[in-house]
Amino acid sequence: MSAAAPLPEPGYNFAYLDEGTKRMIRRAILKAIAIPGYQVPFASREMPMPYGWGTGGVQVTAAVLGRSDVLKVIDQGADDTTNAVSIRRFFGRTAGVATTTHTSEATLIQTRHRIPETPLSEGQILVYQVPIPEPLRFLEPRETETRQLHALAEYGLMHVKLYEDIARHGHIATTYAYPVEVAGRYVMDPSPTPKFDNPKMDGCPALQLFGAGREKRIYAVPPHTRVRSLDFEDHPFRIQSFDRPCALCGAEAVYLDEVVLDDRGGRMFVCSDTDHCEGRRAEGHTGEMAE
Amino acid sequence: MSGPLLQVRGLAKRYGARLACDGVGFALHPGEVLAVVGESGSGKSTLLGLIAGEIAADAGSVTYRMRDGVARDLAALGPAERRALMRTDWGFVRQDATLGLRMAVSAGGNVGERLMGVGERHYGRIRATALDWLARVEIAADRVDEPPSRFSGGMRQRLQIARNLVTAPRLVLMDEPTSGLDVSVQARLLDTIRGLVAELGLAVIIVTHDLAVARLLSHRILVMRGGRVIETGLTDQVLDDPQAPYTQLLVASVLAA
Amino acid sequence: MYVAAKGGEAAIDNAHRLLAEMRRGDPAVPDLSVAQIREQMRLLVDRVMTEGSLHDPDLAALALKQARGDVVEAVFLVRAYRTTLPRFGASEPVETGAMTVSRRVSATFKDLPGGQVLGPTFDYTHRLIDFALAAGELPEPAAETEPGPDAGHCPRVTDILGEAGLLEPSPPEAGAPVGDLTREPVDYPADRAVRLQALARGDEGFVLALGYSTQRGYGRTHPFVGEIRYGEVELEMVPEELGFPVPLGRVPMTECQMLNQFRGSGAAPPQFTRGYGLVFGQCERKAMAMALVDRALRAAELGEAVSAPAQDQEFVLAHCDSLQATGFVEHLKLPHYVDFQAELELVRRLRAAHEAAISSAGEPVREAAE
Repeated sequence: MSAAAPLPEPGYNFAYLDEGTKRMIRRAILKAIAIPGYQVPFASREMPMPYGWGTGGVQVTAAVLGRSDVLKVIDQGADDTTNAVSIRRFFGRTAGVATTTHTSEATLIQTRHRIPETPLSEGQILVYQVPIPEPLRFLEPRETETRQLHALAEYGLMHVKLYEDIARHGHIATTYAYPVEVAGRYVMDPSPTPKFDNPKMDGCPALQLFGAGREKRIYAVPPHTRVRSLDFEDHPFRIQSFDRPCALCGAEAVYLDEVVLDDRGGRMFVCSDTDHCEGRRAEGHTGEMAE
Repeated sequence: MSGPLLQVRGLAKRYGARLACDGVGFALHPGEVLAVVGESGSGKSTLLGLIAGEIAADAGSVTYRMRDGVARDLAALGPAERRALMRTDWGFVRQDATLGLRMAVSAGGNVGERLMGVGERHYGRIRATALDWLARVEIAADRVDEPPSRFSGGMRQRLQIARNLVTAPRLVLMDEPTSGLDVSVQARLLDTIRGLVAELGLAVIIVTHDLAVARLLSHRILVMRGGRVIETGLTDQVLDDPQAPYTQLLVASVLAA
Repeated sequence: MYVAAKGGEAAIDNAHRLLAEMRRGDPAVPDLSVAQIREQMRLLVDRVMTEGSLHDPDLAALALKQARGDVVEAVFLVRAYRTTLPRFGASEPVETGAMTVSRRVSATFKDLPGGQVLGPTFDYTHRLIDFALAAGELPEPAAETEPGPDAGHCPRVTDILGEAGLLEPSPPEAGAPVGDLTREPVDYPADRAVRLQALARGDEGFVLALGYSTQRGYGRTHPFVGEIRYGEVELEMVPEELGFPVPLGRVPMTECQMLNQFRGSGAAPPQFTRGYGLVFGQCERKAMAMALVDRALRAAELGEAVSAPAQDQEFVLAHCDSLQATGFVEHLKLPHYVDFQAELELVRRLRAAHEAAISSAGEPVREAAE
């Protein structure tokens, strides 16, 4: 389902950003890879899409994109949500690279809020769009203070939040943007992916890059790096589970979207990862509501 | 291992034209309670801030005997060492409890924070320790999940004390811990503090404007005025037989009141 | 039967076409020209240039037309264009003392060299809707004045006071390169040059409200308007191959210098300190608010307590940019199905636990509050 590369828009540099800017961003990316989980400040540019809509991810993608890359863009796990379409088009116009919706065909995947269900492989790059890169931000609003806490690896505060969850709810009630410790050192925000996806980050063979445009930070998880979700010994980290399979493809142990069918409480649960779901249906798998 | 726990030499701090602290020095031994008294504006809270390293001194030094027995100049500690010291071996009970507590975090979380800060990762143990400490400062166990924003002034100070003592510090700084409380609440809090200090063998520097508090808690007293120490000695001695005319006035005004 | 929400591409295209049609409005009404906006919506153009940090009245006017008059959207267009522009170099600092003033008022001195020049201002107009404007009447021509004897010599009030030592001197030319927050991420604490850049680009409404808050006691600075001047300044640049400044053109700007009482510190004697505002065009309100906030942000440097929002540079700098603010606020429109699903599942679980607790206890769960 990959689209042939159209000709890039005239008047723009390949992938929009000028080469000097790309070099600056690549330097930040290299530093981020060298210090896994550490937030590297970078001179985020004003992009032709709004802050908070993926400018960080777009800049990271633009900086690492090559002419032979095959790009996939997802939002909420889906290739056809409007913002994913808009960003895919942006690179179609300014870089003219081939695009795809198939996870396994893509060399570069930009994502918002999900990690594909199909396991990633070596040589692939996953670029996350990050709104708030600082995992300590809502516990400590001050940048000067959070930088100190990271520098000294003082993460007691992070556990206070988890403690409060258990004290109040009997279990850790953080469901997305669940903090992780990377390579035994830095605590990192995995971006607002559901904690369901956290285990996919651990030891992932693909390179994971995180771009926060408005907050001007880049961070990274190099391939095959330990990513541990924070927890307590007696309250270990657990992911969400769904008590039914996808209604369209019958997949189990995948993240599901709840779709409201009518105003009488009718619901169905379907794969949030549209490519994964389509792939399974093409292989002949069916769920209870498949046509 | 003997010698003072804390040695303060020639501490000075100037705000504009005003000397908030001028050449203050003293030694504090393990288990000793020192009261710093004086009127507001005498420099006693500045002195506490200087000792804790929260205010940068213009001159002077603070030396502390670490757990390994080596006396270190606190100004020479790196930020990591300094912060580790502050959240394990030192405590700081503030006059304004909202500055010493996390007001939106439960009482249990407030007490548990220091434990998690030193690496405790077992929820059950953290909670048990927090409950134990709440009991020791006479906060009922069923308040453990409430934030201190719902606590009375006296309870907040008790919670601050528990939060500070949970890592078994050797030195606790207290800045007017009882001011603003009702007399009966004050008396109960002072009683708690006195019991814990004796039981744990804490060294304490307590800043107060209230000579009755000084008399009840402290072994020694240091009278400040205009940023200077004008009299120092054993508490009973200074309060019963003040030498400096200003101390005499202070003591007299208390007796008159 | 459920059909996955397909057709994002077509939806986007159609939405953009509808937008274009709405932008044009009733085709029976003549199309608005860029020149009309530039000439007749001058203050709006000035604001877009200031917050867009690009002096180009035609481009700002076009951006306003494209944005249907939405200022923040127009600023966005200008900024996104600005990032793509090549940089030839940096201009010399503008000499506002040599400004050809169209307006110049001081609230601290009744008269001063160069005089008070009221100039084009809404001050002292009565805010009555002028129905004659709707009828398209032409205004009376402006009065012509003989230039006064000292016209052209309009020293800044701050230079006059500074000579007597009553005002803190201008910060010395350190010669160090000035930071550029469009090219480097802000590193807290940010120096004053970077803070002033952020404030100049900052949203007028936000900066105004913060400046106002300092007047109401949230970080008081005891301000006086030393001077506000509006007029044209010459822009000069030193090309490397020439080694001397060459003029690039003239740019209208508004400068505001606030004088603030200061009681002195151990090192500095009591004197007046400054807050500074400089903007393109006649964004006078913005220049004044900027000067108030600039001074408030100097609290730490001057040994004052930092307690109010306007004194807190992380708070001010991180939130004053309208593009960052609008982007993040508006991104809430983007789908959040996945996170919401996670929360939905959690709330259902918590509700189930709550129900179970009630039915097993046979009575409502006691609230934590007593």
